[in-house]
Order: sequence, then structure tokens, then C-alpha cells
Amino acid sequence: MSTHEPTRTNDARTHEVADPILEIRDAEVVFEMDRGVSRVLDNVSIDIERGEVLGIVGESGSGKSMLASAMLDAVVDPGILSGEITFHPPDGEPVDVLAQDQEGIRELRWEDISMVFQGAMSSFNPTMKVGGHFEETLKAHEYDVEAGMERARELLADLYLEPDRVLDSFAHELSGGMQQRALIALSLVLEPDVLVMDEPTAALDLLMQRSILALLEELKAKYDLTLVFITHDLPLIAELADRLAVMYAFELVEVADSDSILSRAVHPYTRSLLNATPNLDAPLSEMRPIEGSAPDPVNVPEGCSYHPRCPLADEECVSQDPGFRPTHTEDHLAACFHWEEASEAIPFNIEREVNDE
Amino acid sequence: MSSTEPLISLKDVEVHFKESGGTFDFFSEPETVHAVDGVSLDIEENDVVCLVGESGCGKTTLGKTAIGLQRPTGGSVSYRGQDIWQAKDKKGDVEVPYGDIRRALQIIHQDPGSSLNPNRRVMKTLEAPLRRWQKDMSAGDRRAQVLQMLERVGMTPAEDYASRYPHQLSGGEKQRVALVRALLMDPDVILADEAISALDVSLRVEMMDLMLELQDQFDTSFVAVSHDLSNARYFAAHGGGRIGVMYLGRLVEIGPAEEIINNPKHPYTKVLRWATPNLKEEASGEPPVRAIDIPDPKNPPAGCRFHTRCPEAREACRGETPESYQVDADHEVACFRELDDHEYWSSPELAGEGPGNEGEQSSAD
Repeated sequence: MSTHEPTRTNDARTHEVADPILEIRDAEVVFEMDRGVSRVLDNVSIDIERGEVLGIVGESGSGKSMLASAMLDAVVDPGILSGEITFHPPDGEPVDVLAQDQEGIRELRWEDISMVFQGAMSSFNPTMKVGGHFEETLKAHEYDVEAGMERARELLADLYLEPDRVLDSFAHELSGGMQQRALIALSLVLEPDVLVMDEPTAALDLLMQRSILALLEELKAKYDLTLVFITHDLPLIAELADRLAVMYAFELVEVADSDSILSRAVHPYTRSLLNATPNLDAPLSEMRPIEGSAPDPVNVPEGCSYHPRCPLADEECVSQDPGFRPTHTEDHLAACFHWEEASEAIPFNIEREVNDE
Repeated sequence: MSSTEPLISLKDVEVHFKESGGTFDFFSEPETVHAVDGVSLDIEENDVVCLVGESGCGKTTLGKTAIGLQRPTGGSVSYRGQDIWQAKDKKGDVEVPYGDIRRALQIIHQDPGSSLNPNRRVMKTLEAPLRRWQKDMSAGDRRAQVLQMLERVGMTPAEDYASRYPHQLSGGEKQRVALVRALLMDPDVILADEAISALDVSLRVEMMDLMLELQDQFDTSFVAVSHDLSNARYFAAHGGGRIGVMYLGRLVEIGPAEEIINNPKHPYTKVLRWATPNLKEEASGEPPVRAIDIPDPKNPPAGCRFHTRCPEAREACRGETPESYQVDADHEVACFRELDDHEYWSSPELAGEGPGNEGEQSSAD
């Protein structure tokens, strides 16, 4: 569909995992606007491994939420999604997500791949008790309500909520943290294989965010889940996530194990992002903002889209798209010509252990 | 500057909200939300104080009380020695008129998008405070000052930004406009209510640097409210200020920023420190609290309010409320563990009681 770039290195260099539950190939979302074509997801390819926790990290307007919507073919009109998205159920044939009719998509969402958004308050109907949402969801998908409610109670208890009290409350009677946990329970009541969460904790205070993350880890183990966690907050997710995928300007720029990203990220953007993040350990004088600002989707720079802000950029970066390439290891991918120079040019402000295998 | 009075002085401030059951609920007693209880705090000229704590801990209420937006139900708040609410009610000898106080104490809200009028261009929004407070300023001067301020906060070309509507600005730019609007009043104190946490991680340092730079130029004090200890650390430490930790309406620990981060004394401060993601690869494990959810502020636990969740709580914490004890010159903490000879040390631990379950509120009376 796309005609905008000559070299398509991304798909060729996607790191393939042994047992993918979701395969995303060349996912692209465009909006036709008066000012031009707005490409809010640019040729993204990534595999999600069964049972992993994948953290997708990007700033506002980097395309990370669009990627989440793409996984469920839930891009809003008039956005046009193209590419290939394949879901591999635990048993049975692979499902071509973008080829499903409405009924197929309806089953796929919630039953196989479920999603939790930011702002639990707006996800609940204010005039219906929380319990009603569980019943309605079970009925709409023709699940056994009694068994389903039993599961709901267990899920709520797993999330340190009092099941009866929560089911019998309206959303506004619960605190923000309780609502968000109730919503996570609701999204799991149909026993999906994948849970995609888009900034699920951003509106909550840190203690609650961290507590929910700790609970997610337990849920994941108990219910054999694959988690995709989308956030702008890299440090928040770094501990829970097995792998991190960093987005910049509607593309993936670096994908690797969390440890590998934290200890030796190779993309200049990832390194600068880590240095720009306020934290408790780094010397105060070493925290620096990233110069410049992220591009407009209508007008993404040619070549490497990060080149206007990058201290390592040269002629090559201006004219050519670096494409994804293996770096330290086959599994540590980054879209940068100069990845080998990045650690010297942009030293981290905190020493981190390098765990070489 | 020469005055010995602190700029703002809060003495034993208490803010209680009455919450009635609803229009047709004639029978039940109105419930009282204890938003702030027994807080004393001085804010000096050119000071930075960051209030941290969980949602519902009363940090925003305390901040608003400090700048005279919220009337305390007990205690007093004064500005340069003048009681703010006596000035407002015109009681006693009013030395500083309420209008001046109001103008000297400004606020920046959490969500800059909703605090700017969507139908007004930036210029018009920013001219409004000048029109109101500097009536003799000419239209040309007013515009010139607005443009100059926009340039100061890095919004160049200023002419272009001045002619935009809020929806044509990014989140960071909106927050800057809100900051300019507050600064145009030439205030003594600006309350920044979660003004940083709504921004992307990578923009936070930049915004805080800008605020501190302007603080120097304009001689402004900041009271910043945040749930994020790393933002509070950056802001308070760079501004040479303090971090105050709030829990359920009480100020449980206050001290110089680096002292609070590196040498926290209150178990709750340690919990907040745990909750702050670090970038080192240390596994942090289970939350070090005995219950995830904060108790209902309508019915705060007796004794030390944190005792229902505190990993260090003992029997003594149920009965008696700890006062603030001095750790160091500027560092105070409200926890019995600071006193070597307190009966706390000989009383039985509460830690065995149902960790992590909010249903397990101990019978606190």
C-alpha cells in the first residue's frame, strides 16, 4: 500500500521468536488530512512471544496507542490500517486478524485478546453496578454466567479486592486504583490469552501503579497470559517486562530484552530518554532533557526520523532509512547506523550492570 | 526580604469536609472527610516545597490552603504575618488587603488543557490578568509584556504562539502558557498542582528547569504537589527546597530533598521510595505495605494513621498519635521509631495481621 520509502528493511530484520502468539508485519495506519497524509504507524513489524511481557514504550504521539489498536483491528475511522496481523491460538489454526468479519473480530476481542485502557472511570457505565458489567460481558459472548461470575470473584480476590463489595458497587463508589483493578478483572473474565494494556496505570499514583504491576505478574503466571503493556514510562515497566520495544516517530527504533535496554541500549533516542527520566539514583546534574521535539506525523523527516535531534547524525542518516539491524546480539535490534558509537557519545547517567551471558 | 515573618505560615491547619448522604437522606449524620489535620508549615521567600503522597492524602488540599484558596476549618494561615481569612472577612486590623494576597498567591493546575479557555487565543488569555491588575497599562505595553514572557519560556516566535488557540499547542506548551499566566501576576508563591506529572517523562526535566530558572528571575516560591518522588526530588533538590510527605491528611515527614530521598525515616516515606521505579536492575519484589488501598479518609485509623498498612507497626501505634520529632535541623518525622525510649519498642508487632488485604482494617479504637 505504501509508496513512501524505497528500502523496506524492517520486515526482513524482524527478530522472530520461537513461539509467537501475535505476529505483526508491516502494520501501517494512515489518516488522509487536509494538510497531507498523516502516517501515525509506519511499517511496524514485531513478534510477540507466547507468555512474555512486552513493554511498548514511547512518548505522547509516538504511535504506541495506534499499534495497540492495530493489534485488535480497532483503528478508528477514517484511519486506514494495512499490513498483516496473525494470531496463533494455543491450539488450532492461525487467525488472520485483519481478514475477520465483524462477528469474528467480536469473538477475537475479549475472548482471545483483551484490552484495558487508561481511565477506568470512563470504561464503566456509571449507571450500572460493576457486577452488571461482568454479567453483560459474559452474556454477550454466550458464556456460562454462573461459572463466569465465579471466575470474576476469584479474579477480583486475586487483585486484592473484596469481590462482593466491588460487584455490588457503582464505579464511582470505588477509588481509582480499585476501578482499574476491577477493569483488569473484567478484561480477564472471558479467559483471553493476550492482555493488551494501554497506559493502564497512568492516572494512578505511583504506589498503586507499582502494586498493580506486582499483581499483574502474579496473574500472568496463574492464568498463562501474554501481556503487552504500553506506556510512556520506561522505568515503570522495565522491571515487569521481559522485552522492551521503544517507539519514536511512529516506528520501532529499538527492541531487546529489558536488561539489555537498561544496561546497553544502542539507539541514541533510547539512551537520551533514559537520561532524561527523573529518578532517585542519578546525580541531579546529569538528568538532561532531549533537545528538540518529536515530529509531526504529516511531516516526518527523511532518512532516520530521529536525525534532527541526534548528536550522531551524519549525511547517511539524513538521506537513508537505517532499518532494523541486529546489534550486540541477534536479539537486540535497533534502527541506527551508528549504534556502535552511541554508548560513548551518550553515556548513561547511572552505572548499570551488564549481564553478559 | 528583610521581614522575619515567613512568607506563608500555616499553624496547626485542619481542613474537614462535610459530606452529606444526598438530598433525600435525612437520617444519617453527615460524614466528615479529614482532608488535612494538624499541619504546621512555613514557606519562606524563594522557597521550594514539594508535597508528595498518594491520591487522597490531602496534599492538594493543603497546597490550596497554603495559597488561600481553601478555607481551613481549624488553625490559621497567614501571609507575611497577615491572617489570610481575617483579611478576607475584614476582621481585626487588616494590614494586607485580601486582594493583594490573592494576587500574590497563584496556581498552575494539573491539566493545562482544561485550565485554558479553548476559545481564546493565547494572547487574550494572557492579557486578562494584566487588564485586571494593571489597569493603567496601555494595550501596547500589555502585548509587549506578554510577548516578552512567551519568549522567556522559550515559546518563539512569540507572535506566532500568541495568536494560537490552546488546541494548537502541545501539552508542554500549554503548561508553559499556564506558567506565564501565573507569573504575569508577579506572585510570591505559585502552587504547581501535579503540573509536571501530566507531561511526558522526557519533558519533565525541561519543564522543571524552566520553572526553577524563572523562580530565580522573579523571586517566586513554589509549592509543588506531586505523587512522584523522583519529580519532587529533582524539583526540590535543584531549588534548594524541602520535600514534605503526606499521609491521610497528616504531614508525616519533612526535610531537605536529598535527605528525604537518601535518609528517609518514616516507614511511609520508605514505601514511597520503593514505589518509585529505579533504573537499576534490582528486583523490588512485593510492595512493603500490609494493605494496598489507602483507608477511607472519612474514618481515618486512630493513633498513627499509617498503622493499618505500616510494615513496622506495633500495638503502641494504634493508641497514640505520634508528634513530629526532630531528626536534624530541618528534618522532622512523625513516627515513634525516632524515639529510642518509646514504649513502641516493647509493644507487640502488628505485622502478622493480614498482609495486603484491605478487608483487614484493624479495629482501631
